[in-house]
Formats: sequence, C-alpha cells, structure tokens
Amino acid sequence: MPSNGAAEAKPASTTTNGAAAETRRQRMRMLISALGMLPVLLILCIGFHVLSEGRFFTGQNLGIVLQQAAVNTVLAAGMTFVILTGGIDLSVGSILAASAMAGLTLSKLPELGMLWLPAALLTGLGFGVVNGALIALLRLPPFIVTLGSLTAVRGLARLLGADTTVFNPSIPYAFIGNGSLTLVPGALSIPWLSVIALLVILVSWLVLRRTVLGVHIYAVGGNESAARLAGIKVWAVLIFVYGVSGLFAGLGGAMQAARLYAANGLQLGQSYELDAITAVILGGTSFVGGIGSIWGTLVGALIIAVLSNGLILIGVSDIWQYVIKGLVIIGAVALDRYRLQGSART
Amino acid sequence: MNDPILEMRGVSKTFFGIKALRAVDLIVYAGEIHALMGENGAGKSTLMKILSGAYRPDPGGEIRIEGKAVRIEGPLGGRAAGISIIYQELSLAPNLTVAENIYLGREMSRSGLLARGAMREGVGPILTRLGADFLPSTLVAHLSMGQRQLVEIARALHARSKILIMDEPTTSLSAAESERLFALIRQLRAEGLAIIYISHRMDEVYALGDRVTVLRDGRLVGSLDKPEIRADTIVRLMVGRDVSSFYKKDHDPEAGRGHPVLAAIDMADGQRVKGCSLTVHAGEVVGLAGLIGAGRTELAHLIIGASPKTSGRLELEGRPVEIRTPGEALEAGIAYLTEDRKALGLFLDMSCLDNINLAVLARDAKLGWVLDRDKARERADRAFAGLSIRAANAGVPAGGLSGGNQQKVLLSRLLAIAPKVLILDEPTRGVDVGAKSEIYSIIDNLAKAGTAILVISSDLPEIIGICDRVVVMRAGHIAGEVTRGPNSPLTQEDIMALATGMEHLDA
Ligand SMILES: Nc1ncnc2c1ncn2[C@@H]1O[C@H](COP(=O)(O)OP(=O)(O)OP(=O)(O)O)[C@@H](O)[C@H]1O
Ligand SMILES: [Mg+2]
Repeated sequence: MPSNGAAEAKPASTTTNGAAAETRRQRMRMLISALGMLPVLLILCIGFHVLSEGRFFTGQNLGIVLQQAAVNTVLAAGMTFVILTGGIDLSVGSILAASAMAGLTLSKLPELGMLWLPAALLTGLGFGVVNGALIALLRLPPFIVTLGSLTAVRGLARLLGADTTVFNPSIPYAFIGNGSLTLVPGALSIPWLSVIALLVILVSWLVLRRTVLGVHIYAVGGNESAARLAGIKVWAVLIFVYGVSGLFAGLGGAMQAARLYAANGLQLGQSYELDAITAVILGGTSFVGGIGSIWGTLVGALIIAVLSNGLILIGVSDIWQYVIKGLVIIGAVALDRYRLQGSART
Repeated sequence: MNDPILEMRGVSKTFFGIKALRAVDLIVYAGEIHALMGENGAGKSTLMKILSGAYRPDPGGEIRIEGKAVRIEGPLGGRAAGISIIYQELSLAPNLTVAENIYLGREMSRSGLLARGAMREGVGPILTRLGADFLPSTLVAHLSMGQRQLVEIARALHARSKILIMDEPTTSLSAAESERLFALIRQLRAEGLAIIYISHRMDEVYALGDRVTVLRDGRLVGSLDKPEIRADTIVRLMVGRDVSSFYKKDHDPEAGRGHPVLAAIDMADGQRVKGCSLTVHAGEVVGLAGLIGAGRTELAHLIIGASPKTSGRLELEGRPVEIRTPGEALEAGIAYLTEDRKALGLFLDMSCLDNINLAVLARDAKLGWVLDRDKARERADRAFAGLSIRAANAGVPAGGLSGGNQQKVLLSRLLAIAPKVLILDEPTRGVDVGAKSEIYSIIDNLAKAGTAILVISSDLPEIIGICDRVVVMRAGHIAGEVTRGPNSPLTQEDIMALATGMEHLDA
C-alpha cells in the first residue's frame, strides 16, 4: 500500500530525534531497576563501618563476608531459576546435606576418594531432577513436592551416615573450602568459595540472558499456557530448573564438606532454603515468576551476609540479630515495592 | 441539550516521557451514547482509565462532573464520582458469585458478618431489569462472556453510576449477545445514563453513536454529530487519509487447488468437536465460520495438538503426520494464532522483542543455544515497521502496549515462523481499521506465496472479504461449505443459514 507508506514515514521521522533521548531515559530506568537493592547493600556496609569504628572495610573482614555469602549465593542462584518459573524449591537445605554426606562417605574410600566431588554434584542433580519430574510430569504443585523432599531427603542424609557425623580430615580438594586464590601475591586473595559462587552467578547469567533456554524459563514463568501453545517444552524447562537447583545444592554441599572436613546429616543445611529464598526475593525476583535477575540475587545474598557479619561486629546479641534481620528484610522489600510504583506493572 | 454531565479539559498523560494524551477535551451529556474512536494506541483506554481513577493525569487538566471540578483518585474515587468502567478485559473474580462480584468492595454485613442473603436480594431487581437469565448465587466462572458483561453492567448500575464507560465490549461476544447488549445500552440511555462507548467496529458506531469523538496520537482530532457519522468521515479523522480497498484479495483463488496442504480428517475431542473434516490447499484462504460456541477454536486446538483428540488424523502435503503438542505442530509447519492473546498468547512482562522472536529463537540461535541478538532485533524492527506497531521501542514489555498493538506483536511472532499452514483465530480482534487492512494484505501476500491459511472469524464481512471458501461449523459438526464462484459471491445469508441450521426452512 503506497499511501500507507507515506503516512507512516511521518511519525517515524518525528520520533527519531526524540528517540535517542528516550532510549537514554529508558536505559537509565533499566539501570535503576537493575541496581535494585544495591544502594541498600552499600548503606548497610557504610553504616556498619561507622558503627563498628572502622572494622567493617578491612581486607580480612570482607574476606569473611564473601566466604559466608558463598554457599547461600550458590543455593540462591539455583532458587532464582526455580522462582523465575513461578515455582519454589524448599528442599535445597536437605539436598545440600545429603550431597555432603554422600561426598564425604565416598571420600573415605581409598580408591574412589577423588570422585567425592562429582558424586556430591550428581547426588544433588539427581534429587533435583526427581523434584522436577514430579512437578513437570505428574503436575504436582512445587510447594508440596519440595516440602515432601525437604523431609524425605533429610531422612536419607541421616541414613547415609548412619545418623552420625562423618569426618575426613584428609578430604581431597580441601582447598576449595579453606584456600584462597591469590590475585596479587601478598596483597589480594579471594577465598575459593567466593570464586565458585561468582562463577555460578556468571554461568547462571549466561544461561538466563544469552541462551534460548533462558528466554524459555522467563516465558514459562510469565505465562505457562502461552508458553505451551508457543511450542515450548514446558516439562523440559521445569525439569531443567529443578535440576539446576538440585545441582547447585549439591555444589553447596561439596563446598560445606570441603570447608568443615565433616558433615552431619541432621544438622547440616538446616533452614538454608529460607536464606536462599530471602536472597532471591531481596534481589527483586517476583514470586509469581517471569520477572527478576540473577544479579539481584547476588546483591540479596550479600545483604544477608553483611547483616550477619555487621551485627556481630557491633556486638548485637544473637537474639536481637534475628529480630533486626527480619525487620530489615521486610523494610527492604517494602522500599523496593514503593520504588517500583508508577512503573508499567501497577 | 442541557449542561454536560462530564467535561474533561486539557487532560494529558505521560508514561515515562511518552505522551499518551496531549491536552484532550471531552464533553459528554446525560442521555447520550458517545462513541470514542481512534487507532490502536491513540489513547482511548488511557483517557478512560483516567476517568475511572486507574491512572492519575498529568497536572494541568481539569475534570468537571455536573459542573463541579473533581479529583478522581483510585478506582473508588471514580465510583464515588459516579463513573463506572467496563474494561477491555473484564475484571470479575470468577471464583465468586454474581452477587458477591456486584458488591465487591462494598460488601453488606450484619453485626460484622457477611450478609449473603441480603446481598443476593439486593441485586435481584437490577438483574431482572437487565433481563439476566442467571441467578445472583451463580458462580461467575460458569457464565458466558455475554453474561459476565451483564454482571459488570449490573455492578455499575448498582453503584448508581451516571457515566458508564465500555471499552470494546463486543470483542468476545457472539452476534446475538451483541444485539442484546445494544438493546440494553439504548435502554440505559433512555434512563438518562451517559455512555462512553469505545469500539473499532464501524457498524456498532453507526448503530449506537449519538456523537463520535476521534483521537489520534493522543490528540483530539474532532467530534462528529449524528448526521455526520459515516465511515469515510470517521476513517479520515482516525488515520488522516482515506483507506480505500479495505479488503485485499489479489491472490489467485484457483491457484492452489489440487495441492492440499492440510487435511484434517474426522477430528473429534469427545465433547465440543464431533467428527470434523476439512482441507486447506496451498495458496488458499479458507474461512471457518460459525456461531460462538460452535467448536471452531476447539477444532483448531485439536489440529495443533493443544488438546487431546479422541479420534481423527492429519495429513500434511499428502503424508500422514502425528501431532501431539503445539511444539510438534510448529515443527511440522503449522502455526496458530490464539484468540485469547492475554491468557494464551503474550508474555506481558517480556519485551516485545522477545515476544516476537519466541518461536524462532532456537532456529536463529548460534551453536544451537546461544541467542542471536542482532537477528532478533532486526526481526523485531522489521515487524514494528511492517505492521506499524506503536511503542517506544521493541525493548518495552508487551503489557504496556495498547490492545490492538499487542495483537500485532502476537501476529508478528507467527509471521516470523513462515509456516506452511497458518491458522488465525480472530486475527483482527481489537485492531483498528488501518491495521486491519494491513493484516488483510499480509494474509493475501502469504496466500500468494503459497501458504495455506485457515481464518476463524466471527466478523462475517471480514470472512467474505478475504476468503476463497468458507467452511461453516454448527454445534461441533461441519454444517457445510460455501464456495466463491466467478459469478456467485459469498453471502452472509448463505453462511448464517448454515451456521444456524435454518437452510432447511428455505428449502
Ligand atoms: N501502563 C502503561 N505503561 C506505558 N505505556 C502505556 C501504558 N498504558 C498505555 N500506554 C501507552 O499509551 C498509548 C495509548 O494507549 P491506549 O491503551 O490508551 O490506546 P487505545 O487507544 O486504547 O488503543 P487500542 O485500540 O489498541 O486499545 C500507547 O502508546 C501505549 O503504549
Ligand atoms: Mg484500548
């Protein structure tokens, strides 16, 4: 239609000069929403530094914070995949324990000792895939399935060690739990645990933002029926995300085992799922699915670690730590919602 | 006429720097049906959402109701000012009863307890007045779209609204339901309500409108009084030019015959579809007509494997194919445009870019999995230009677009696939006249290129305008077929006779 082309050209050309400014404004907005809780994290850090009379921003303390954040970051990364599809994984703490038990048990066998690490990962992956299969193929609600495996896998973790603590002071690859990667000899080194956590975040980001599967994950979370009709294999996506969550829980188990040289099926990883979920929500990922980013999760996990560390630094009692942590979490999310008001999603 | 019941002056609205409305004036009198028209994204829904309190206008404008300046804040503010709106997408709670929905937000209670009985009695007279054929205690989930609309209207009347806004109320109604709605709207006008009626369908605007106000790009471009309401005047105001040759049919209606691409044989689902067969040839546009509820969408869902079939088989280009999921249908080259874009089509939180590319991501990907972002952006830009989709850029979430532009985004996703068979379920629902003619010419061009196209539509002029052959369904069966001949055009009467089963009376 020739007449049509002429009519279209007009609005198109008038928008081009405004378009640059508009894209800039849009970038700015996206940056602000991507930054999300980062300002809160920075304020917390500075606040603790002042209150603790300068003991927060020391190389040693930051190392401790990063190390403490590591395992939760890994769990929360897996949880991000799951929550992005609109699901939830309550079983990560139990899977972490079972994987650590399986790994430690294997590490004591003379010939197979070196295989403990892949064994821990595979244990986690296996439980995760079972969760995913129950949810995707039998169409059971994720909350129920993972609540069940929270209990069942905890029991299996205890069985694995005959309900005792398993020690192995000479566990192979112990460096990942306690060693550091030296970047500048004598000046800068990062705990291996933190390196792993950062790698996990990076890989997650690549998968979520740079692959077809990533878009499919967001699509399933955004509108499952539409995803099905668009030809997306929803079942495969679901098995994948729960598999990833399990795998990362297995990795978390390996990290804990290497750090402690020991694991106890009853105590290890108790209520870790709550910290992981908290990190994801603090990071701005929507509970309904379809909205969120892995960087937000990283910030969320750091906020939790900074809170724990800072409250200890300034000498707040254990009991008050709980109260303050809870209030900060509610306050931070409330602030986030307030900030997002007036956006397209109201 | 007397004083206006509603005066809006200089109302503007900016979304993140984009002006959706620029100093719009709107004046409405009691006892009139005021049609609001304009292209997709012109700002009609936005203007109405300001009236109902869902959006806050930019500072500077003024709203007067019965001469008094008002500030409308929040949905309750709109209701308090005597304004009710029936949204483009209905907003009832399906898990509650009719009475509970009507009282939603203003529940009656006796000493703190919900007074269900009193509420049911309270809505009785209104439902009778509207001629409703359901009870106050019925669950909304069990009602048809037309009945749900009645509930929305009842809610407005119950709130004693003086101004009733209807945003594209007929898009999901059958012809009979629409007729009933029109009668009701006229009755409400006679009772003194002011009705603001948004629609893209000219016939409705002729039938109902006392006055028409037209918006273009967020500006008021003119108002027409009853005698001036004609298609050419409205269209010229809306798009700023004449839209000649609305339906386009350049493809050869005989070209594809003899080379069937899709053959569905004896399809049934055990409920709504009872043994239907149809064939679509290469380069042919086949219409699938029928009343709402005849099973057309259900048949399409069976063909693409979106619902399980109890019998039937498919042949694609003469070879039998087994299709169990929509994914397999896509792989086989059968694409389907859903009629329910919000629930089954779009991902409202995802960018238009992702929405458009979704079905071809894997095909375009590098190394099988890595997104090709340049290709995706190119494709989205082409879709935006080709269908003149109106949005700041392809990166914005699809949920922020106007209804018609969302439809264009969804259509772009299918066109990206370049399928062998294209099944379009109500392809122009909520789309403005300009875009409609663009969609028709796209269908025509695809047919020219040899695509087999099946169009499901409740808009008979549309079916007649673009199809070579029309298959008519009635109550789950194929009732018959009407073919266009060199000197026998398709007629609405023939199609309706088959759709309603009245052809025996003529015989
Ligand atoms: N919540 C929102 N966020 C951002 N932009 C919006 C929002 N709502 C509307 N817009 C923009 O405002 C403009 C007007 O949209 P509106 O929905 O009022 O159009 P409309 O005239 O109702 O179109 P249609 O006939 O397609 O329903 C569009 O460009 C749309 O993208
Ligand atoms: Mg609209």
